[in-house]
Amino acid sequence: MRNAYITTLYELARDNRDIMALVSDNGAIVYDKFRRDFPDQFINVGIAEQNLVSLAAGLAVCGKVPFAYTIAGFLTMRAFEQVRNDVCLQKTNVKLAGIGVGFVYSDLGPTHHSTEDIALMRALPGMTIFSPADPVEARNVTRAAARIDGPVYLRLATSGTPVIYEDDYDFQAGRGVTLRQGDDLTIIATGNILHEVLRAADDLETAGIAARVVNLHTLKPIDEEIIVKAAAETRAILTVEEHTILGGLGSAVAEIIAENCSEPVRFKRMGLQGVFPSGYGSYDEMKEFNQLSHSHIGSEAKELFKSRTEFIC
Amino acid sequence: MRELEAKTRQLRQTILQVICRGGGGHIPACLSIADILAVLYHAILRVDAAAPESSDRDRFILSKGHAGVALYAVLAQRGFIDEQQLYTYGHAGTALGGHPDMHKLPGVEASTGALGHGLGFGLGMALAGEMDNKDYRVFVLLGDGECQEGSVWEAAMFAAQHRLDNLVAIVDYNKLQALDRLDTIVSLGPLADKWQAFGWEVRQVDGHDIPELLDTFGKVPFAPGKPSLVLAHTIKGKGISFMENVPIWHYRLPNEAEMKIACEELEINEPCGIVS
Repeated sequence: MRNAYITTLYELARDNRDIMALVSDNGAIVYDKFRRDFPDQFINVGIAEQNLVSLAAGLAVCGKVPFAYTIAGFLTMRAFEQVRNDVCLQKTNVKLAGIGVGFVYSDLGPTHHSTEDIALMRALPGMTIFSPADPVEARNVTRAAARIDGPVYLRLATSGTPVIYEDDYDFQAGRGVTLRQGDDLTIIATGNILHEVLRAADDLETAGIAARVVNLHTLKPIDEEIIVKAAAETRAILTVEEHTILGGLGSAVAEIIAENCSEPVRFKRMGLQGVFPSGYGSYDEMKEFNQLSHSHIGSEAKELFKSRTEFIC
Repeated sequence: MRELEAKTRQLRQTILQVICRGGGGHIPACLSIADILAVLYHAILRVDAAAPESSDRDRFILSKGHAGVALYAVLAQRGFIDEQQLYTYGHAGTALGGHPDMHKLPGVEASTGALGHGLGFGLGMALAGEMDNKDYRVFVLLGDGECQEGSVWEAAMFAAQHRLDNLVAIVDYNKLQALDRLDTIVSLGPLADKWQAFGWEVRQVDGHDIPELLDTFGKVPFAPGKPSLVLAHTIKGKGISFMENVPIWHYRLPNEAEMKIACEELEINEPCGIVS
């Protein structure tokens, strides 16, 4: 996913010399080609995230289109007030690319995890949030970000993300994607964890449960229609995010259901239950430790389906 | 010169009256920078109220946004804002907030108020100017207390590294912050040496001496390939004797008796606003 982002940014920068790549002392090797071919459009600000964001805003008011890239937690949390005041309040055309979201930097530990960033960015007026699920989608959201005149947060996982989409995927910013049809319940997910969700849906099918899977690659503005439709048709919604359940995808979906659905809906949020990610290990092990593996998702889905059946009768 | 002195006198008169009529504001912080703003806006900055968005204009950022009324007052002198509009400050529906908003008023280059943002923002403007081969300059006015913010020094290092000699920072060095003297809270130490050590070319001036300010600003950049720093020694509350160097006035309005003295000292013959 990281390479898809940087390759796309390279193409954008080649076609538009105002597009700039800003980094905060990261991206060794992966940015080499960009740096070599467009040295004037590349800036390493050093280990200074606040300056990364303020500088980007100043460049933007003079017509540049900066893509500021660093580890997602550092970008959205260390520099939060710069994002709020210099980017959102002043409506500057700055793109924030947070890398290593969720706990993909598994054994680096919680300081390097980013599990509250959706909540923070979602609260900011005027911010668009993209959360791609695979490299194909990462390419699409990067191009979409460049087309938007205003603040955008790109929530990117790192390398080794499995491919979900075909290359001819018809991406539409702001529109969710039904990746799998089903009427027994709906699993709504975003980002990297979607891969686990799809595996869980396979397991559920074997168990005779038809789970609908909806991918929300755009978290803000969110696709209300696809959520309300899924709630009305399946009456059970399970949200899955590699993020705290407080203020992220699950909260956003809950708000929409609460305000728009007249019929009762069973609802459950999966994600970090108001805690920091626990354990050190591989990414797969981290998903186990934090109850977000496909088997955990499958179990929760079964429970929810069961309670829906009792509930509706 | 005489004309500039008249402008600074008028600025001080406007600042006091606009804030008092508006019911609140940072009077001493505004008075501290009145002479600097007058010199910049009337003699140094290449700005034009008829073309506020011109891509070649010099940029001025008031990083110490709490002195917004001083900026409004000088923008009014230069025709960016209607004189009458100044007196909407503090009243419902005004575009003149306690801190300036770039989307509400022409001539305001950045929305400031939270300290430690302006220099980084100005860096971006200076860097863009250099990339596009523009000859505009970017001036950023910082408070001395603001220099306690770490982000200021992130920006300072970057400016020197990138040899941004189109960037001029001014520190309003009045030695006071909201609660007390800086030295009694967190001292800035040898401030000129600090900026010098961060790679800036530093000049120290009396921030209320108009000929000296004119001469100094007329010489930027002070050294090719280096950002310029003007360390302006100022008096917080300058012009109103009982406010000068007295921390409690940071955010306070004079009562009727005090207002009378202030008006006399600023040569305001017909006060237009006294707070009850």
